[in-house]
Order: sequence, then C-alpha cells, then structure tokens
Amino acid sequence: MTTNSVNYIEPTTEELSEGVRLRRRKRAINFAIDVFLIVVSILMLLPLVFLVANAFKTPAEMLSWPPTIIPRDPTIANFSAVLGETPLLRWIGNSIAFAVMSTIAIVATSAIAGYIFGKFRFRTLNILFALFLATAIVPFEVYMIPLYFQAKSLGILNSVWGLLLGYLVMSFGIFLIRQNVIHSIPDELLEAARIDGAGEFWIFLHIVLPLLRGALGALAVLAFFQAWTAFAWPMIVATTRTSYTIEVGLALFQTGFTVDLGRLSAASATVLIPSILLFVILRRNFVQGVASTGLKE
Amino acid sequence: MLKRKRWIFAILAILPTLAVFAYVRLYPIADTLRLSLFKWDILSKNKPFVGLANFRELMGDHLFLDALVNTTIIAFGVLILTIPMALIIAALIFHRTRSRMAGFYETAIFIPHVVSLVPAAMAWKWIFDARLGPLNALLTFFGIPAQSWLFDPVLSVICIIVLCSWQALGYAVLIYIVGFKNLPVSLYEAAKLDGASGPQSFWYLSIPMLKPITLYVSVVTLVSGFNVYAQAFVLASDAQGAPGRQVRVLVLDMLENSFRNYRVGYAASEAVVLLVIVLALTLIQFSMLRERGKA
Repeated sequence: MTTNSVNYIEPTTEELSEGVRLRRRKRAINFAIDVFLIVVSILMLLPLVFLVANAFKTPAEMLSWPPTIIPRDPTIANFSAVLGETPLLRWIGNSIAFAVMSTIAIVATSAIAGYIFGKFRFRTLNILFALFLATAIVPFEVYMIPLYFQAKSLGILNSVWGLLLGYLVMSFGIFLIRQNVIHSIPDELLEAARIDGAGEFWIFLHIVLPLLRGALGALAVLAFFQAWTAFAWPMIVATTRTSYTIEVGLALFQTGFTVDLGRLSAASATVLIPSILLFVILRRNFVQGVASTGLKE
Repeated sequence: MLKRKRWIFAILAILPTLAVFAYVRLYPIADTLRLSLFKWDILSKNKPFVGLANFRELMGDHLFLDALVNTTIIAFGVLILTIPMALIIAALIFHRTRSRMAGFYETAIFIPHVVSLVPAAMAWKWIFDARLGPLNALLTFFGIPAQSWLFDPVLSVICIIVLCSWQALGYAVLIYIVGFKNLPVSLYEAAKLDGASGPQSFWYLSIPMLKPITLYVSVVTLVSGFNVYAQAFVLASDAQGAPGRQVRVLVLDMLENSFRNYRVGYAASEAVVLLVIVLALTLIQFSMLRERGKA
C-alpha cells in the first residue's frame, strides 16, 4: 500500500474490485452498527414513551396486550382527575421556584469564587480552595440530617427557603468556573484593564463575566436539573402537602389508596414532558457541563 | 500596595461564598462526625457522649446490615451492568460520529439520566407490575411463569439495579465519548497500517488507554449507587397504599432511624459509615491512577 502511493502504479482490475469489496463490507458494518444503536436508543426511550402513552389511555386499554403506543381512543380524563385530586400545579410551581433560586445562588457563588480562585494567587486562597475540593466528595446524604436541624432552628422548614438551604453552593461549579477562568481569561487582559485604572469589581463585572458566559450557561443548566430532580432533601424538609416539590408530591401520591396507574402516568407525564423538552433545547449546554465533570484529572 | 489592595478585594469577594459554604457544608459535615459519637435522641433530655458505642451497635443491627448488603449489591450490580455496555455503546457512537444519527443516539441514551427520578421510576414500576406490567405479559407469552417482581426479595433488588443502570448508562456513555475524542488518532492509524481490525484496536488500544476514564466513571457510579434512595422508595411502595416489602438501603435506614425512631446520633453514625465507604472508593481510584502514572 505504501509503495503504491509513492510510485503511482496503475491499480489492476483485481485491486480495484478488492477496493470495491472492502468499501461494501465497510458500509455493511456501518449499517449493522446503526441498526444496533437505533435499537438501543429506542429501548432506552421506550419506558418513557409508554409512560406518556399510558397517561392518555382508558383503564380498559391499560390492560390490553400488547401495550399500545398510540392510544386507540385517547382521553384526558386521567389528567383532569389528577389536577382535581392533587395540587399538582402548586408542586410544579414549588419545584420551579426552588430550582430557579438554587440556580441563581449556585451560578453567583461559583462565578465569584471560581474567578478569585483562578486568578488571585495567595496562600490563604489556596488553602480555602483545597477545603472546597476536599468536601466535594462528601455525598449530600451524609450531612443532610444536621442540615435539617439547622433549617429547623432557622424556622424555614416546609418552605422554598428550607429547600434552598441545601442547594446554595456546588463545589463542582466552583471548580468548573475556576478551570474556565484559568484557560480562557488571559492575565494580560486583566493587567491592561488595571493599568487603565479599572477597579477590581468593574473588571469582574465587565470583563470576566462576559467571557464566562458559556461556562456559566452550562453550569446553570446543570444546577437547574440538579434541584429539579432532588429527592432526599425535599423529602425531609418539605412535609406539608402545599410545600411538596413535584418529586416528593408524586412519590407520596403514588402510595395513596385510590390511585390507579392511569392517573399516576398522567401526573408523571405532566412533569416529564416539559423537562424533556427543556433538555432537548438546552442539550448542548448540558452535555458540555456534564462532559466537563469527567475531566477532573 | 497594589498587591495588598488586590488581596483585600479577593478576601472580601470570597467572604460571602465562604460563609455560606461554611454554614451549609462544613458545619453539617463536622456535626455529623460529632453526633455519631453521642447518644443524641430527640426525645431524651441528656445527650451523653458514648464514644464508638453507636458503631458497635451498628455491627449487630440486622436492619442496618441488611441495608448495607443490599446497597452494596445494588452499587456493584449497577457497575457491572453499566460499564461494559457504556464502553461498547460509546465506541460505536464514536465510530459513527460523522453520521447524521449520532446526535439522536447521544440524546436518546442520555435522556433517562436527566429526567426526574420519580416519574421515570413510575414508568418502570408499571413495566415490572405483576398484574398489569408488560414484562410479565412478555414472559407468559414465551411460556415463562410470571414473577412478582417488586415483592420478591431477590427480584426487587434486581429491579432496582435495572432502573439505576438505565439511568446511569447515559452519563457513562457521555464521559466515554469525551474520552474517545481525546485519544490520539495517529495511534489508531498506525495500528490500522499494521493490520489491526476495528475490534482488535478497540480491545488492545482503546480499553487500556481509557483506563483512567473507566476508573473515574466506576467510582462515580459506585458512589451514586451507595446513595440510592428514591428508586428504592418508589419501586418498593406499592400502589395499594401499604409500603410493600421495602428494599432496605442505607439512606432509607438512616432516615428511618433519624425521623421515625428519633435516634439522630445513631443515624449520624450510619452517615459516617457511608462517608467512609465513599472515601475508600475515592482513595482506591487515586492510588490506582498514581500506580498507572509510575508504570
């Protein structure tokens, strides 16, 4: 093969047909891989597809085999029943308020701390950063019981503030922003601004923040979904029916006596569809953020 | 002078974040460690220091040991199911990066990782349902007797493993794809010139070179496996109201001890056990990485 490319010998017909054969083989392999990946993708989505389909089914159709993906006579009775029985919209509202506030808090603290840790090299700061990193591996479940008592003594149980208490800072967020600051904000730029007489706070606001827009966007999406899907903490902090987040509300609703699968599916679908849409829209941001979690080393 | 001004700015800017961090992270972590050494019950007035008595009691507590065993099985079950599948799927998606479908594959496999836990668990609950679920219907179609998936002690653990793996897979695939993208192309070209087939270069090149990523994903998967709670909660509580046969997991046992039995100190000692497990896993990861660096 190497000699061919050097000496430009005309390929013989056998070589040509060999090339055609190889190309065909390659195409067949690629086709097989595509089929396999499509099957895997569909299998991964199937439980969710069925859930949404079940939400629109009548109780009779629910029992039919094989299960239908498109309901024969779709009904919204399940949805109206759920909305009548539970404060579902209230729960969704609680979740949104909690997730938005948590996102703002995490983005703000990570932006400031990430910038300071990335660009200001003082010994005190190094020690503090090591402290932030060291606690990053401690799972939330380990310290949530003392935190619960802190929320209790602050008198913020059963409120969105109590939920927020557990989700104010994110070690990984600080780390992510610090990496970005180091890689994408040149020291010269900051020095030039300082020589021009800009104050430190002005520099942060008008130079650093705009340059971090991409990274902060990715972090915001991560933080929002983290709060939106939180379970254990809301479970212990929000214990009154009006303060539930949607996750807790659904989890407790499904233990009720009179609940059938159609209504459960309807409630679940109400939550699922917007969050999937949101994810598909923000996919790039999200993937960028999650992918960077794997690059810690 | 200038340096001093910058130092003051840095400290002032970091202070609010640091204060929040200390209050919601450092203090409760320290408090967990402290409480684990006390007989700290909500109901009793005096809360004496008891040293390691809580931990000694844990060693003989059947509910706790049951939870520990279940949680360990779940964590390792998810690991064994997820890692090989993720590696293969990521390799295939990477191979087809240029095809128009690549975005669809990535999204489809990743969606289970981002959707809320409870609705997703609900979908699986229906699949596993003994009377209505399609799984049993499928089994009986092939002449295999139907199983009561969510009530049998062994099968219900398997159900949790399947649910957790379904969710963990997307994350692992994504990290692996990033890993594949960072591998040097020249090495694969050299292997191809030497006559290596696709599967051969996957086995002899990709797997060894992705070892740090495999270690990282494994530890993340294991740690989240040890923190499993929502999945067990939803799958195990049955639709008829009675909390069915619960699959005991560590977090569940911990919360029960703290909020149902009011034994906060005892629950804290369970949290410390969880922390030790997570620390040990992380240390193993780091030491294996360092060994690799030396070799």
